[in-house]
Amino acid sequence: MIYLDNAATTLHKPEQVIAAVVEAMSSMGNSGRGTHGGSLAASRTIYSAREKAAALFGCPRADHVAFTCNSTEALNIAINGGIPAGSHVISTDLEHNSVLRPLYRLEREGRASLSFVPADRQGRIDYADFERLLRPETRAVVCTHASNLTGNLVDIARVGAFAREHGLLFIVDASQTAGVFPIDMEKMGIDVLCFTGHKGLMGPQGTGGLCLREGIDIRPWKVGGSGVQTYLETQPEEYPTRLEAGTLNGHGLAGLAAALDFLQETGLAAIHQKETALMRRFYAGVSAIDGVTVYGDFTGDRAAVVALNVRDYDSGEVSDVLAVDYDIATRPGAHCAPRMHRALGTAEQGAVRFSFGWFNTAEEVDKAIAAIREIAA
Amino acid sequence: MREKTMKLVVTFPSTSAAMAMEKYCKESQAPGRLIPVPRAITAGCGMAWMALPGERPLLEQVIRDHGVTAEGWYELML
Repeated sequence: MIYLDNAATTLHKPEQVIAAVVEAMSSMGNSGRGTHGGSLAASRTIYSAREKAAALFGCPRADHVAFTCNSTEALNIAINGGIPAGSHVISTDLEHNSVLRPLYRLEREGRASLSFVPADRQGRIDYADFERLLRPETRAVVCTHASNLTGNLVDIARVGAFAREHGLLFIVDASQTAGVFPIDMEKMGIDVLCFTGHKGLMGPQGTGGLCLREGIDIRPWKVGGSGVQTYLETQPEEYPTRLEAGTLNGHGLAGLAAALDFLQETGLAAIHQKETALMRRFYAGVSAIDGVTVYGDFTGDRAAVVALNVRDYDSGEVSDVLAVDYDIATRPGAHCAPRMHRALGTAEQGAVRFSFGWFNTAEEVDKAIAAIREIAA
Repeated sequence: MREKTMKLVVTFPSTSAAMAMEKYCKESQAPGRLIPVPRAITAGCGMAWMALPGERPLLEQVIRDHGVTAEGWYELML
């Protein structure tokens, strides 16, 4: 199979990630539940994952990295627990439902009002709109680092400067950029960075987390077992325990720690360069084919995603032909990005998304271009 | 693109229901396969079961026998 659905999950993982999970499954106890060898092995491994994630994202403290199952859980914790009642929140048309649905729910429950920075037909935003949408009661900005549909990047440092200037909580969804693009919470003015482990970080599914700036107050939505302060009737206040009730996915986090080592050894710059070259090669090939419409802004740096349609063909049918006749894996439909599709004018047709990863090759890209050429003929 | 012929498409309310359909169709050697939901039915995410129109009774039997929750039945040129 030629796997070009890396924006959904990276199917191919570094060998050391797989080995770390296998090793953990025969050696790890429950982290923070004693001082026997098994428990300590889990605690040490998970703490090392915190240190590595903090280093990768410029999070000032390893104990301010709280682990979750994925970005969606991290975003739910940050949005529900960090945005005060009665707030006005600014977000963008680029967001995934993992941001939109928690925000819409706050709005429906009368706990927040929302404004969205609009995107144009190429999925671009005008940064002046953040200022335009600002109100006296604005308290937070929730923003993706890159569209999961078009691959367009958001200048997070610029939005962070806006948030800091106006004293707003700044929550960033790094689902599509973590592990590929440099992220520095301090320099970019990020208060809460939400990430998933199974995409660009190349770790296991069921891992993710949120990195918190010091002093950020997040109310946990789940409370329970923590391994500490057993007789306290409330969840301990200290991070990361505050947000991690229940047993963590220690086996998965062992894999994530190994994945973070792989990224460190390989270098984000090398990964970014390779994925960008593959994405640009594919874009150059398909954009020259008669009947192919490519969406997004390709003028600057961007995530390794190319969304397209062939003539007026059903995107689901094109993706099915690619899978069945060419053994090429892509993602059709709406990509959980309803506002982005409406902005692009593709709400009805959907789009076929090709997303490239570290383990893809130029030969695979060329085969995908040839397949699209045949389908469009 | 492929030559289009009339197909039978069954939709489901959840991915779990679609997985159950595939499992029980395979066990019963009933025809068809999973495809992305055609846009003529919905523009949202999802999977559907595709077979031929004449195979509907076989699929209905599987659904009855195993309590699979189907949502809609369509005949479309695919």
